This record gives sequence, structure tokens and C-alpha cells, in this order.
Amino acid sequence: MAHSARRDSPKLPDFSLLKRLAKDQLVYLLEQLPGKKDLFIEADLMSPLDRIANVSTLKQHEVDKLYKVEYKPIVSTSDQLCFLIRPRIKTVKWICDVANADKAAGRFRRYKIIFTPQKFYACESVLEEQGLFGDVTTDEWSFYLLPLDDDIISMELPEFFRDNFLAGDQRWVRTAGSTLHLLHSIYGPFSKIYGIGRCSKMVYESWREQVEEEETKARQAEIGNVFLIDRDVDFVTPLCSQVVYEGLVDDIFKIKCGCVGFGTDATSDKNVKVMLNSQDKVFNEIRNEHFSNVFGFLSQKARNLQTAYDKRRGMDIKQMKTFVSEELKGLKQEHRLLSLHISASETIMKKKTKQDFQEMLKTEHSLLEGFEIRECISFIEEHIIRLVSMIESLRLLCLLSITENGLLPKDYRSLKALFLQSYGVEHLLTFANLKQLGLLVEQQPGETLTAMESKVGKLVNDKTAGKLTDAFSSLAKKSNFRALSRKLNLVPKSDEEYNLRVPRDMAYIFSGAYIPLSCKLIEQVLERGGWTGLEEVTRLLNGHEFSVTGNNGADLRANNDAPRIVVVMFLGGCTFSEISALRFLGKEKGYKFIVVTTAITNSSRLLEALLENHMRPVNT
Amino acid sequence: MSFITANWNPLGDAFYRKTELHMCWNLRDSGLRDSLVAAAHYGGPIALLREPQRRSPSSRPQLEIYLASGISITSFPWKSGPVVHIGWTVTDELLCVQEDGSVLIYNLFGSFKRHFSMGQEVVQSQVLEAKVFHSPYGTGVAIVTGSSRFTLATNIDDLKLRRLPEVPGLHGKPSSWLVLTQDRQTKVILSNGPEMFVLDNTSCTPVCPPGLSPQYGSVVHMCVSFSYKYLSLFTDTGHLWTGSSNLQDKLSIVDTKKKTTPNQMVWCCRPQSQQLSVVLMWDRLLLVAGICGDTIQFPVDDPCVLVGELDGVRIINSTNQDLLQEVPLVCQDIFKIASMAPGALLLEAHREYEKSSQKADEYLREIKEQSMLGEAVRQCVEAAAHEYDANTQKSLLRAASFGKCFLVDFSPDQFVTMCRELRVLNTVRDGAVGLPLTHTQFKQLTLQVLIDRLVYRQFYPLAIEICRYLKIPDYQGVSRVLKHWASCKVQQKDLSDEAIARAVCVKVGDAPGVSYSDIAAKAYECGRTELAIKLLDFEARSGEQVPLLLKMKRSQLALSKAVESGDTDLVYTVVTYLKNELNRGDFFMMLRNQPVAQSLYRQFCKLQEQETLKDLYNQDDDHQELANYYITASYREKRLETRLSVLQKAVDEFNKAKNEFAAKATEEEMRLLRFQRKLDDEKGAGLLGLSLQETMEVLLSLGLHKHTEQLYRDFRLPDKRYWWLKLKSMAEKHEWEELEKFSKSKKSPIGYLAFVDVCMKSNNKSEARKYVSKVTPEQKVRAHMVIGDLEGAADAAIERRNDSEMGAVLSRCSTADCLLIDRLNRARVSASKK
Repeated sequence: MAHSARRDSPKLPDFSLLKRLAKDQLVYLLEQLPGKKDLFIEADLMSPLDRIANVSTLKQHEVDKLYKVEYKPIVSTSDQLCFLIRPRIKTVKWICDVANADKAAGRFRRYKIIFTPQKFYACESVLEEQGLFGDVTTDEWSFYLLPLDDDIISMELPEFFRDNFLAGDQRWVRTAGSTLHLLHSIYGPFSKIYGIGRCSKMVYESWREQVEEEETKARQAEIGNVFLIDRDVDFVTPLCSQVVYEGLVDDIFKIKCGCVGFGTDATSDKNVKVMLNSQDKVFNEIRNEHFSNVFGFLSQKARNLQTAYDKRRGMDIKQMKTFVSEELKGLKQEHRLLSLHISASETIMKKKTKQDFQEMLKTEHSLLEGFEIRECISFIEEHIIRLVSMIESLRLLCLLSITENGLLPKDYRSLKALFLQSYGVEHLLTFANLKQLGLLVEQQPGETLTAMESKVGKLVNDKTAGKLTDAFSSLAKKSNFRALSRKLNLVPKSDEEYNLRVPRDMAYIFSGAYIPLSCKLIEQVLERGGWTGLEEVTRLLNGHEFSVTGNNGADLRANNDAPRIVVVMFLGGCTFSEISALRFLGKEKGYKFIVVTTAITNSSRLLEALLENHMRPVNT
Repeated sequence: MSFITANWNPLGDAFYRKTELHMCWNLRDSGLRDSLVAAAHYGGPIALLREPQRRSPSSRPQLEIYLASGISITSFPWKSGPVVHIGWTVTDELLCVQEDGSVLIYNLFGSFKRHFSMGQEVVQSQVLEAKVFHSPYGTGVAIVTGSSRFTLATNIDDLKLRRLPEVPGLHGKPSSWLVLTQDRQTKVILSNGPEMFVLDNTSCTPVCPPGLSPQYGSVVHMCVSFSYKYLSLFTDTGHLWTGSSNLQDKLSIVDTKKKTTPNQMVWCCRPQSQQLSVVLMWDRLLLVAGICGDTIQFPVDDPCVLVGELDGVRIINSTNQDLLQEVPLVCQDIFKIASMAPGALLLEAHREYEKSSQKADEYLREIKEQSMLGEAVRQCVEAAAHEYDANTQKSLLRAASFGKCFLVDFSPDQFVTMCRELRVLNTVRDGAVGLPLTHTQFKQLTLQVLIDRLVYRQFYPLAIEICRYLKIPDYQGVSRVLKHWASCKVQQKDLSDEAIARAVCVKVGDAPGVSYSDIAAKAYECGRTELAIKLLDFEARSGEQVPLLLKMKRSQLALSKAVESGDTDLVYTVVTYLKNELNRGDFFMMLRNQPVAQSLYRQFCKLQEQETLKDLYNQDDDHQELANYYITASYREKRLETRLSVLQKAVDEFNKAKNEFAAKATEEEMRLLRFQRKLDDEKGAGLLGLSLQETMEVLLSLGLHKHTEQLYRDFRLPDKRYWWLKLKSMAEKHEWEELEKFSKSKKSPIGYLAFVDVCMKSNNKSEARKYVSKVTPEQKVRAHMVIGDLEGAADAAIERRNDSEMGAVLSRCSTADCLLIDRLNRARVSASKK
């Protein structure tokens, strides 16, 4: 590592406990349905489930066959069917179809639905509507948190983002509250809780309520601070191209649930799945590095490995024996990992060192700095016209809009028209979604809105006015990126050379061009112990900030690491680049960050969630 | 202290004593005669039903309820049917079993709660006898009917009637019977003449108690101990058989020499009893028969009632009440005459100390020599617990406290707790409260239940005092009391809603664990809706308010509270409720004011009811969303004509929403669709549904240049796009001449680097080279590099004296290009000098 870790870096709490809890509960639920049964698992629960309980564990508890939920008639011969699903109406409807088909065929089976992490009334009402409420039993598997790594815990709820921020559906808020509550009850009590964003505030309140409902006991805290942040506080960061190794791997190969298939390009043989976490020694050392350093590191590593192998020469039999029994296995393992990452890097190199990519990065950096906007616009135009990639085009459009606080009406119209001609008129709906989220908007003369607000405010009573203002502000959310960037110094001066080997700040994750806003906020708030002094910033971010000192029986003994352990909860997803930036910040300031996120996201996942209906296959 | 042992009676190697309990009733002449009497365990209330056989409307039986201390709580004439049996539940409710099998439940204050029936067939056959019994499941009722069948309900709060199997040879009622609970099973044991049976759910088994040979006669009376562990049987020859209740072991057979059946028979024992005994009562005699064979006789001159307790028997007659119990071992040790137990010595030592006599020291020394001082203190504390008289308690505790001074490292906990508990016990034993609990009973009952019982009796201030005094956490203590108080308060008919709400709020405040919504629910139950709403306002958790508000039909308020709670399930519940309750217009209007509920409902409609979604947008005049809805809907239409008409609707809505851009885009889409259909029909090009760009690509690849031109003009495509399309298509088809011609047709709007790029993509270097010269100076270096001409690139870079470009070229040079590297380096140096 280029930067040396502070020696007194605090130890992380043990999160494997969360897995054990989830596993025990699942086993209990399976045993509630005694006898052989077939288990149907929702597709996006397959990988998370695999991390909790493998097939043999399931078989031990009388699961006969495993199926993926495919929304088709089933072929099971078992008399007991168990469905492990997310609480989605679509899936419940499918189960109703299955049960009704059995009924029509005069076949009797037992059905059990296990909702995870919780059930929703809406799902149960579907069962009721279909007259199956009595035939199908339901249960909840409160599997809220999946530890992906020592310091990353995911709720594996990618739909959180769309449901909450686009559809205004707050069903997951309570889930997030319960998640926080789970962490609190195992690793708390928390001494400080900060947050920003509407959703964060609601999650905080939901958690607060749950805590108040139970009695408190004094415990030794393992987590001292919590920072809640809404994804819509900072859209710029996830929209930027990732150039740190782990982020790049995610952008190119798509890391799923901590696991990646490098594809046939990178690995000589078949498509192998590889776990990417701190257990992988090689990966652990390069995951947070800027990609330009990765090759150098890997070749150094290869040389070291060779020297280690070379030690064999000139050994006597006894030494050889110890070498084979103790070191060789480790070296072989390292060798395998090393070759894997080297070939992965080669694939990345092939894709990313192309001229196009360089130009794209240049455009991104200009947008962040606010330079040469016209050139950027023509680059985007060309990008759209040449059908380089739909998602990338959208990404650049959004980045342009956010950094420029909206597009000029003329540009807004012509760019949209170009895009529709390239990709079809259904994207009118995509644009409507982007507009609603404030990702792609038209510049508006500032006063009109406030004038309207005050007029409305006079007409109706205070409470409704508050709600209306909320509604308006979300309608025409202004990003204020430029002002924020100036206030927080997000874009370092470009005239100096930025040494990516020895980064001086978090900007290194974007080649020194931009310090991620989300992480900068966290840094500032932790430094100040609150939002004081950041009033202007929070105003620009639309407020909803809070900072609360917990006082529920925290047993703060001396020599406790808890105050330096910070949980950052991203509501709506976070990127690997942000995690890298926080790891860097942690090293610099002596914190340990634990990232809890609704899901790991990146620019394409974020934007794909906003496409409407997916009427055609997405070709990125 | 000889006077303490004055009322002790030896029985075997133990002693029995009778302690008088406070009693302040004086029943009229009739006393307890001709009454049904029920006295609850643990010093519970006493109910009397006088002359239950009276049936004429002019003179009805009178039901009277008293505290255990004899204070009357209520009294009212019995207006329902003839009562066979009365008994108390564990929660101080009175069960009155009527002849027709219905069971009426009253609370302590004589107000009717509810009723249930022991079965339809009983109405005909009538209840002959009934018993109320307690089991781990709660309070149960057992009856035997005129048709000699037994029916059981083990828990009246979860009523499940069980009809037991028939008993062979039984007509009318058995000579004696009782209910016992064993191994989680409830059974009936009965005697009929010389035979005995055990009845369980499925079978009727004849039994014969070990050692009770036929010569002893038939069983005519039986009783079971408080813990259901021991059984005693009384035969018509005057013999008393005692043994285990599972009829496996015999304890003893005692000849009472009384041939008449006793009026009542009750076990008298205590946990860790030395000498078990059974108390039998005849009209003039009370007999304590120990299993050792010894007996104690007490004369009785007034009819009385025996109440079996955990650690003794309460004997209630028309003027007073006694507790008969075995003297606990520790009390024997201390108070037995000439006892040398450490506790006795300590008590003596303290007494001498009070008299300022040096003998105190002698006694102390004696205890200390045996190093028994700790034990002595413990004995005194423990004995104090078992004494009913406050003065005796005091002297024992003082002695303990005195002894404690001479001990180091002695935990005061036991002493302190005992003092506190005795203080509480003495208070509740007071006549006004009337709970004559012994310490043993108190420990078994638990403080929680004691508080509950005080609350049932509406001694709220005392209950709160006790909670505070014993420092019980609010959740289990004060809050619970307040909750009961408030539920009771809202039923006070003579107070205004305003006054009650204020009183409740002042008292309850924000005591943890008290739910205002529960109190409000109670108020609503009593028909006070307005009060309920007032009370709900105090509820901090808005989610809790919702169900009640819905029940009270305050749906609008319920919806906003649900939204406030942040619990979407709750919002959804209200929304579904409203959907069924209101007409559509009102329902939509209500949603309109609640954006959270509205988006939730929209989400639901998107999945379940597309049509409703449309109505919802229509209602809100949300033209933009309506238009979007039509766009989505258009993709579901298979036929082009319907699709176009749906799109036309979208255009109209976009226009209404003043979104000209989208309207125009949609119109263009319609035009494109028509165009595509036409060409598909003519040429079978398979264009329908493609985007404009894709359409043109297909047209170009099919060589339909004229149609491409037409689209280009019709849709006023930007030149750039058109040039890119042509360029790509020609390169893909390797039409190099055409391409060259095209490049010269006019100045390229996309520059010429693109030409170089596309040629290289088709690996045609020579064609690519043609366009390098046309590239703008800024892109020259790049163009050269694209075709792999490093030298050309170097030349261009050096000419432009551009350092970064030279650097870029350098980075591409391999070691073989040393000349070039040299040249570039020199140029760089000279460029930097200037």
C-alpha cells in the first residue's frame, strides 16, 4: 500500500454474527414445515442465500429440490412447496396462480411463503383477494443484513432506490429502520447519529420508535457513530466513471453479492466465479488503488512470488519438507489469485485505455470543473449519435445537467430529441423519471418557484404547506453542484500534478479530479461533530440534516474503540469508489468505516433502475 | 416469650397454631347457613349467595361480595336463574354456575362481564353439581349433569368444552368427586358407592387406592391438596385415607371415630411440611387429623367455611376468621420453650441488651463460639416473615439487626428486602385493604399479581405507593396501575369528556408503557367516542391511533395518522379500507391530500389495476402522467391502428400538459410508425418498432437510399447524424469509392477523423490514409496514430510544438524507434526552451 495504515487503527466488530443469526432463523423456519419440501427461491435472492446457507444445509432440513422463481407453471412433484421471496406483489400473484392451478387439477399441496426481510400487507391482501389466505401460510425471515466483507454490509435491496426516490413509496423506510435497530441491538448503543436527507430522517425516526418500544440495557458499545445519507444528496459521485480497481471491476464485470465472474476474456478457462473480499490477499491490496498503479503493483508482486518460489533452490531435504508443507500451498494460492487479477487487469486495460475512454474521462473532468461546456455537449451529442452506449449517454447527460444546475432549454430539447431518435420514443418516460429525480432538468429562472411557494403557503395552513413545499422542492430539485463544489472544495486545483501513488485526499479515486461529495460531507461532519458551520452547505442540499447524541446507557469505558467506529448507511446504494474513499479517509483520520448500504450500485445500475418498463432489451 | 406458644397444639412432632385474622363482618342471624359461599384463595374476596333455592320473583336470593376482611363491596338481588355453585377465578372474577349450564361472570364490584354455556344438552338435563378449579391453564369449571355426565372447561378464557366418557353404573350424582390436574391433564376422580373411578378425556378407569380395602367402607367425601399432590378420602366407616393423588402411594389411614360425613374437608400443609394433616369439619367439631395418626380437636359453635391455602387453612365463620397452619420449623426453633437454636439465643440476647443487662454479651458469646451468628440472624429474619403479629415481627427484626452489628461481610440484602416486604404485607393485611396474605403466599403469588389484585380492588394510590416503595421498574409497576386506573376512569359516567381527558392526561402524563390508544379504545367501548378522540390526541405513536380511528369511522384522521406513523403497511390498510368504504370520487380526493398514500396506491395500481391508475390521473388532471400512461399502454397494443390511437391520446395529453416537446416527439413516432408499416408492407423490411436511427441503418443496409433521404428530410435529422450513418454503412459494405465521393460532396460536419476511424475499423489502412490529410490540425497527430504512422504523428506533433502530443507519441514508441525517440526528445527540449 502506498499509504501506511495508522498503527492504532481500531478493530472492526465481528459481523459474521449477522450471518449466523440469519441462518439459524432460516433453519427454524424450514423446520416449521416438517417433511420433504421443494424450495422456490426468487432469482435475486439466490446469491444472498448462498452466502448464508449452502445447498447441503438446505438439504439437511429436508429441502428436496431447489428451483428458481421463473413466473412459469411449475413441475414439482412434492406435496409441500416453500417459497422464499421478496415481498413483491408480482411474485405473490404467481404463487396464487400455482396454487389455483393445483386446485383446478384437484391436487392438494401445502404452500408456505417465507417473505424476506419482512412481509407487506399488500402481499397478504393479494392472497386474500385470490381466496388463498387460508391455504397458504406465510412467515418472515428477517434477513436484513448480508455482510459482504469485513466492512461492507448490504441489505441487497436494489429496488429501494427506485421505490423510494422515484415512486415516493416509503415501504422500505421501516425496513431500513429495523436494519439499523438490528445493528443497534447487537453492536450499539450508538453515541452519535448524524444524517442528511428526507429518507435518512424517516429511517432515523422509525429506528427511534423501535428502540423506544423496548427496554434498554447498558452494554459495551462496539459501534459509536452512525451516519445516514440519502443517495439523492449526491448523484454526481455514482455517475462518474470509476477508476479505482474494485470499482472498475464492478463497472466492467459486474460484482454480484461480493462475487464476480471474470468472463472468458480474463480467465483462460471457463467462466469462473471469484469471491472478492479481504480474504483475497492480492485483491485486498489493490482494491482501493487507482488503476494506473495496479499493474506496477501486480508485477512487483509477481517478482516477489518468483523469489519466494526460488527459495527452493539450495534447500536440503528437511527445509524442502517444511517449505512444501507450510509455504507452498499459500504461494500456489497467491499465484492463482495473482494470475487472475493480472488477466482481469489486462481486459480492463483493453477497454479503458482506448482513446474513447480517455476522451470520456476528459469530458467528465471538464464537467466537474465546469470548463469547456460546449465541447462537452458536442462530445455527448456525438456519443448519442454514434450509439456508443445508451446508458453511458444518459450518464453523461445527467452529469451535465447536475453539474450545470440544469440544461439550457435549447440544449435540453435538442439532446433529448437526439437521444429519442437513437434509442426510441419510449425514453420519453425515462426522461420523465430523470426529471422527477432532478437528474436531467431544464434550467429554470429561480424566482418563479419561490414565488409560487409563498403564494401557496398563504393559501393553505402550515402543515399542508410544509408538505407542498416538500413536493415542490423534490419536483424541481436544484443540484447546486457548482456552489457546493466551491464551498467544500470538491474539485482540487488542476494546475498541480496529482500524484496518484501517494494520494493526498479522497480525490484520488477520481484521478485527482473530484472529491466525492458524499464522503466529503461525512468527513466534515465527523470533524465538526455535527452540522455547525455547514449551514450554507445543508441549505444548498435542501436540508433535512440532523445530528443526535444518543444517551441510552452507553457503557463507554476507557480504551474502547467504539467512538472511532463509524457506520455509514447509504440509503439508495453506494459505489465501490465511495467505499474506497472512506477507507482512505479512515486511514487518514484514524476511523474505521463500516458501509451499510441498501445495495452496491454504480452508474449503470442507478440509471437502469430509472428506465421505464424495459420495453426492449437494454443494450449497453 | 411463652405467650407466643400459647396457641400451639402438638401434632405428631410438629405444632399447629391458629392465628386470628382481622375480620370486621358480623353477618345477620342466619350467618353462613343456607348460603352458597365462595372464598377465593390467597386471601381473596368472599361471595355469599343467600338462600339460593328461593325462586319467587318477590323474594330473590341476595348476592353479597366482601373483601377477605369482611368489608362489604357490593350486594344485589340475584335476578337470573337458579345457581348451583359459585367460585372465584384467578383474576378475582366471580363465576356463577346456573342450573341450566350457563355460567355468568361478574367482577369484584358485582358488575356483569359476560357469560358462557357449559353445553346445550345441559339445559335439559340440568346441572346437579359444579366445581370451579384452578390449573396451570387458568380457571376451569366442571359440572355433573342430571344424566350423570361430566363436562369440563379447563380455561374459561379459552373456552373448550370437553364431555367426559360415561361412568358405568352411575345414576344421579356420585357420592363424591373432584377435579385434579396431573401431568398437564385434567381428570375427574369420583366415588360411587363402593366403587371409585378416574375419568379422563377418553376413558373411565376403575381405581382402588392402595391400602383402602373394602372393609373400610365406601368413600363419601374427598379432597385434594392445594398443590394437587395429595388426596384424602373419607369413608362411611369414619376412616380417613391419605395418599398421593395419583393413587400410587398411601400415606396413612386414620380412624376419626366419626361416622357422619364431614361438611367440609381440606388439606392443611405447607411447603416443606413436617406433618401433613387434613382438616375435617362437622357441625360442632373441627378435627385436624395428622397423617401420623394424632388429631387435634377444636369445638365449633357456628357454621363456618374452610378455605384451603398454600400454607394453611382459613376458617371463616359469621364473626371472625382464623388461619390454621403448621408452625414453620424456624419459628419452632426460635420460640419453642428452652430452645437453644442460635436464633432463639439471639432473640434472648437482644432482649437482655434492651434491658441493659450484661447477659446480652453472654448469649452473644455463646452464639459466636459456635460461629452461628450469621445463622442466627437468618433465622430471626425468616421467622419474622412467618409471624403475623407486627410486634413479634419487630422484635425479631430488631434482634436480627442487633446480631448483624457483630458480623463483618454480611450481606444486608435479605434483611432489607424482608423489612420492605413485611411493611407491604402489613399494609395489605389491614382491614381496609383486606388481603390476609402470609409471606409464603406472597412469594408464591408474586408482587406483580399482588399489584394486579390491588388494582382489581381499585386501590390505585396504594398500588402506586407500593410500586414506588419497592422500586419496581415503571413498565411493570406504576404504568400498569395507571393504565388500569385510566381505563376505569373513562367509565365514570358523571364526569364530562373534557374533565376525564384532562384528569387522565395529568395523571398518566407520558408514563412509559401506557398506551393512550388502549385507554381510548376502552372509552369507545363505553360509547364515548368524543372522549376517545380526545384521548387519542395524547398518543405519541400515531400508528397506534389508526385502528381505533378506523373503528370509529374517522377515516380521514386515520389516514393522516397512518401517514405520520411512517408505517406503509398501516397506510395501506387504511387505503384499502377507504377504497371499499367511500365512493371513488371521495376516495381519490382523500388520496390527493396525502401524497404518501397516493404514491403507495399508485404503485399498487401499476401492478394490479392499470385502469384505476388512469382514473386516478384523470381525477388529478395530471396530464403529464396520463400521457406517460398512454405511452406505456401503446406498447401493449398489438394492432398498429389501436396503437396509433393510444399514442394520439398521449399527444393530446402532452399538449394539455404544455409539454410541446413530448407531444412533438410522440407525433413523430406516429409518423415513423406509419412510414415503417408502409415500407414493411412494400418491402418486408421488418422495421416496425425500431428507433429512427435503427430504421435508417436498416434502410441503408438494404440499399434503400431514397427512403433514407426521405426520412432525413422529413424528420429534419441533424447533418451530423446523417453523415455518421452514411459513413458507417458505406464502410461496413466496403463501398470505398462511394465513401470518397461522399467525403467530397461537401465539408464534413463530423470532421474527417471519423473517416479515418471507420476505415481502420474495417482494417483498410490505405483508404484511411486518404483522409488523414483532411483532418484538422488539432486532430492530425491522433489521426496518424490511429493508422499506426508514428513518424507522421511525430512530424505533426513537432510541427505543432505541442508537448503533451509529443509525449503521447513517445509513449507509443517501442525501443526499435530510437531515432524517432531521439528526435522527439530534442524537439521537446527545444519547445520547452521557448
